[in-house]
Amino acid sequence: MSETNVTLYEQLGGEAAVNAAVDIFYRKVLSDHRINRFFDNTDMDKQAAKQKSFLTMAFGGPNNYSGADMRQAHAHLVKNLGLDDSHFDAVVENLAATLQELNVPQALIDQVAAIAESTRADVLDR
Amino acid sequence: MSLKKISVNNQDVFCGADETVLDALLRENIDIPHACRQGACQSCMVRSLQGSPPAAAQEGLKDVLRHQQYFLACMCHPQQDMVISISPPADLFTEAKVIEKRLLNAETLLLKLECDKSMGYYAGQFVNLKRADGLSRSYSIANNRLHANKLSFHIRRLAGGRFSEWAHQELNVGDSIAVSDPQGLCYYLPDNQQQNLLLIGTGSGLAPLAGIVSEALHHGHSGDIHLFHGSRDMDGLYWIEEMQQLAQQYANFHYTPCVSRGDAPQGVAKGRANDLAMTMLPRLKNWRLYLCGHPDMVHQAKRQAFLNGAGLQDIHADAFHVASATLD
Repeated sequence: MSETNVTLYEQLGGEAAVNAAVDIFYRKVLSDHRINRFFDNTDMDKQAAKQKSFLTMAFGGPNNYSGADMRQAHAHLVKNLGLDDSHFDAVVENLAATLQELNVPQALIDQVAAIAESTRADVLDR
Repeated sequence: MSLKKISVNNQDVFCGADETVLDALLRENIDIPHACRQGACQSCMVRSLQGSPPAAAQEGLKDVLRHQQYFLACMCHPQQDMVISISPPADLFTEAKVIEKRLLNAETLLLKLECDKSMGYYAGQFVNLKRADGLSRSYSIANNRLHANKLSFHIRRLAGGRFSEWAHQELNVGDSIAVSDPQGLCYYLPDNQQQNLLLIGTGSGLAPLAGIVSEALHHGHSGDIHLFHGSRDMDGLYWIEEMQQLAQQYANFHYTPCVSRGDAPQGVAKGRANDLAMTMLPRLKNWRLYLCGHPDMVHQAKRQAFLNGAGLQDIHADAFHVASATLD
């Protein structure tokens, strides 16, 4: 198999990589004072499962990503708690920092960030 | 590979070689919650009632869930015919008699029951206690597994609490009461004896934790065991001497009673139990946690423990939600 046939998800290390990243990422998000108030009332087990689905998607892995679901899940945060671009940026920043901590090459981090970026309009409901 | 029969709610569904249990159930229009279909969201978790499910279908589940044969329908390619349950089973009750009743402190009652049959419970689980007119409440079992048909409970008297008022004032030694099958996933399994344990409870949250500590020590648990019991003031604490004695007897057991308001006498820490625990134990990687009591404490401690390095799979929690207005 040539280099170009290996998917991003495989290059990152598949499900094992998602498992390694999810706790680090979620800890960063919960420790980030710019955004952690959005998670004050969430059930942590359910939230961790959602984070895992999100990371699998951002890593280019198998997923059932639905823009409509993403929009619906965040609409009340946009409307009631003022979720905006600065918060979205902070999440992407934490995602990149997580991958850096796991020594993922920058070229792959850029690809993950680009996939995450593609959800911005849905998350911010516009 | 041949078809495998999946029995669910008295209905038989056949699962093809390329299908998961979830696929087969949905094909037959059986209503089952599901979402990601990749083992992440765990919304399609169901329980096997006959034999162990394939290991791949239990990956990522807490040890206690695996132990009770729960599995993810979306990840399950059956190896054999299966009998499964989608909805929680109906409560089955056993008759019991009150054999002892005394106060642990001004507001907490120790109630001991002897059941008609021995109960298959694990230290830390709870049951529903039901009086003759059907009024029922959940209470944690406060003893270890050595007394299979004798169960103890700590019943905190709540302002306006119909059941707790009745238990405190009217229930007497010799009276009958119904006890449900044990439930809940906040319990001790002797499968990793080296693991350090942190137990934090407020009020009568000490009940399941005391049962877990006793069970762990009985099994010769070799990791450190730290228990923090908190209340607003000294009146809300109990079993201080008993726990201190246990700490003297076992070098790996450490006990810290805590009060969040008022004066703390010698040997009692001042502050909230979860805050004190997290300050004293800032690195919780690979620890197992048990959190029982006030819902706010449980919620906060879960987050603090995770940020201190504990994995969510290792955090077992039982938040005491109450029907009446006051709980502290």
